[in-house]
Amino acid sequence: MDSIGDLMAGFAVVLSWQNLLYMVIGIVLGVIIGVLPGLGGANGVAILLPLTFSMSPTSAIILLSCIYWGALFGGAITSILFNIPGEPWSVATTFDGHPMAQNGKAGEALTAAFTSSFVGALFAVIVITLAAPLVASFALQFGPAEKFSVFFLAFCSFVGMGKEPPTKTIAAMMLGFALAAVGTDTVTGQLRLTFGSHELLSGFDFLVAVIGLFGIGEILLTMEEGLSFKGKAASINPTVVWQTWKELPRYWMTSLRSCLIGCWMGITPAGATPASFMSYGIAKRTSRKGDKFGSGEIEGVIAPETAAHAAGTSALLPMLSLGVPGSPTAAVLLGGLLIWGLQPGPLLFVEQKDFVWGLIASMYLGNIVGLIIVLTMVPFFAAILRVPFSIIAPIILVICAIGAYTVHNNTFDVVMMLVFGVAGYFLKKCNYPLAPLVLAIVLGDKAEESFRQSLLISQGGLGVFFSNGLVSTIMVLGLVALFWPALSNLYARLLTPARPT
Amino acid sequence: MSNSPNDSSSGPRQHLVEVGVAAFMALLGVITVIGSLQVGIGWGAEGPKSGFFPFWIGLIVVATSLYNLVRAYTHGSRKLFANWHELTQVLKVVLPLTIYVGVIPWIGIYIASALLIAGFMRWIGRYSWLLTLTISIALPVVTYITFEMWFLVPLPKGPLEDLLGL
Repeated sequence: MDSIGDLMAGFAVVLSWQNLLYMVIGIVLGVIIGVLPGLGGANGVAILLPLTFSMSPTSAIILLSCIYWGALFGGAITSILFNIPGEPWSVATTFDGHPMAQNGKAGEALTAAFTSSFVGALFAVIVITLAAPLVASFALQFGPAEKFSVFFLAFCSFVGMGKEPPTKTIAAMMLGFALAAVGTDTVTGQLRLTFGSHELLSGFDFLVAVIGLFGIGEILLTMEEGLSFKGKAASINPTVVWQTWKELPRYWMTSLRSCLIGCWMGITPAGATPASFMSYGIAKRTSRKGDKFGSGEIEGVIAPETAAHAAGTSALLPMLSLGVPGSPTAAVLLGGLLIWGLQPGPLLFVEQKDFVWGLIASMYLGNIVGLIIVLTMVPFFAAILRVPFSIIAPIILVICAIGAYTVHNNTFDVVMMLVFGVAGYFLKKCNYPLAPLVLAIVLGDKAEESFRQSLLISQGGLGVFFSNGLVSTIMVLGLVALFWPALSNLYARLLTPARPT
Repeated sequence: MSNSPNDSSSGPRQHLVEVGVAAFMALLGVITVIGSLQVGIGWGAEGPKSGFFPFWIGLIVVATSLYNLVRAYTHGSRKLFANWHELTQVLKVVLPLTIYVGVIPWIGIYIASALLIAGFMRWIGRYSWLLTLTISIALPVVTYITFEMWFLVPLPKGPLEDLLGL
């Protein structure tokens, strides 16, 4: 039970006035970011990351991770009150959340959503507390081949679990790797793929890519849809909260199942969005009131919200213990670690105990603080959405531009942001997933490094990736994930008996 | 053609846009392969040369993109990608943003931001000059205070800031 002691030390780090203040600021900013279209968890954190360069890493990660929790909470507000998912993972929440608001039960829906989010996150944090140190100590023994196999598994999971066509996922992901390769080769120091351009010497920065793809791209999509916000009034009073809380324990089974789905989907980098849909789908199939789903069932709010938060939170487990982020926002946080001079991965648990356990402790506190803030401040957050889009849009564009500039104090990055923004619009409309693309830009250099080191050990033979039980197992799992769409297709065909026609 | 009646019923088809996107991605893949060949894709003194990894990556981009291209052309949705009216809306953001990004190095980010917000509010939102000016001037000022004074992060400035001695 070492981890309990470490966790207590972590609480001691977090419980300073300064860190608590950062926590509150982070949550409030996060909810605003989650509520506004075009600003999401990933690019909100990316925009604010440069401002944290001068902070201590622990305070910085508390601020940024709280923005992430806030954004997770914020998505639910817009889904329920406005029928507009502020974040992709809250799409499933609109199915039953908005009908509830239309039936005059906005308060119940919001309370259920926030409480389930909290439960999902808490479950995931407990999983992280217990599992992360074990995974990390296990991963300490990894050589280059094992490291590469973990990257391989992570990226193959996108292909197997994504709802986009596999070839599109692979194309987008590989494009990310290609973008990551531009600039200085981290192994030999040689320049490559710059074609004589000075601007490309340092390569493409993933923060700029995130701000462009998720920020500008999202604004363009919103413009195209011509959104007009017509929302339901939000009112939460203690009576409604109390009554909803009394009702919630009845759905413990849905909650637990959603927690498990969420954690599973978060750790394997499928992410919060598929987790929320899957959880909603299963709840609908197993619930006794399944046929009423879609007309305002509270269970239809609990299921996706719990899963989304569990997934969003547990995405930090592989980031902390293996250095492989489970979601784009986790990837941005990982980029932050690198900038603050910390090496993500198993060594973090040995060398930066204060930091890791401070972060984990802040997850517990951050979600409690978050729950209180969103429950008490819903009307304020809902009011932000009533500001017309023609005022919000240019302000968000300006914020994105400032964010892109501050990454390297370079105006060329603002141009790249625009390019990534337009690309994001087209990729999104053509059903290409953006998350694997971003993750590939972040992890490209590290994946390549471990791949080349492994080949160096084996003098060029690919057999090194199947040289021992551990690495073979991970590689085989990766291959199964990679060919999962084809395998499940085949399986379905075998199960369906050939009918005589 | 902004007011023609078939504005909302015509536009580029989804499958053709997808063909275009796939072709562009294939092109990026080809560029990656060419760039990799320039630095060498073989085995050097320190193991695989710099071009080794991106070379294979580029090949996979080309292969999957070509598959996506053919697939989009033969099986792609024949629905509209977006109608002309929707695309005009998108251009209303892309064009001002392009100008904005282009002028930042010359007039600085503060003036450019004020103009972008003012232009948006006045011509797309049709707000009164008073509200437009208030917000478009207030935001850069708040930004200046937050970034330059609070966080000590300098942002690009132009002739006006020099004149004011900021």
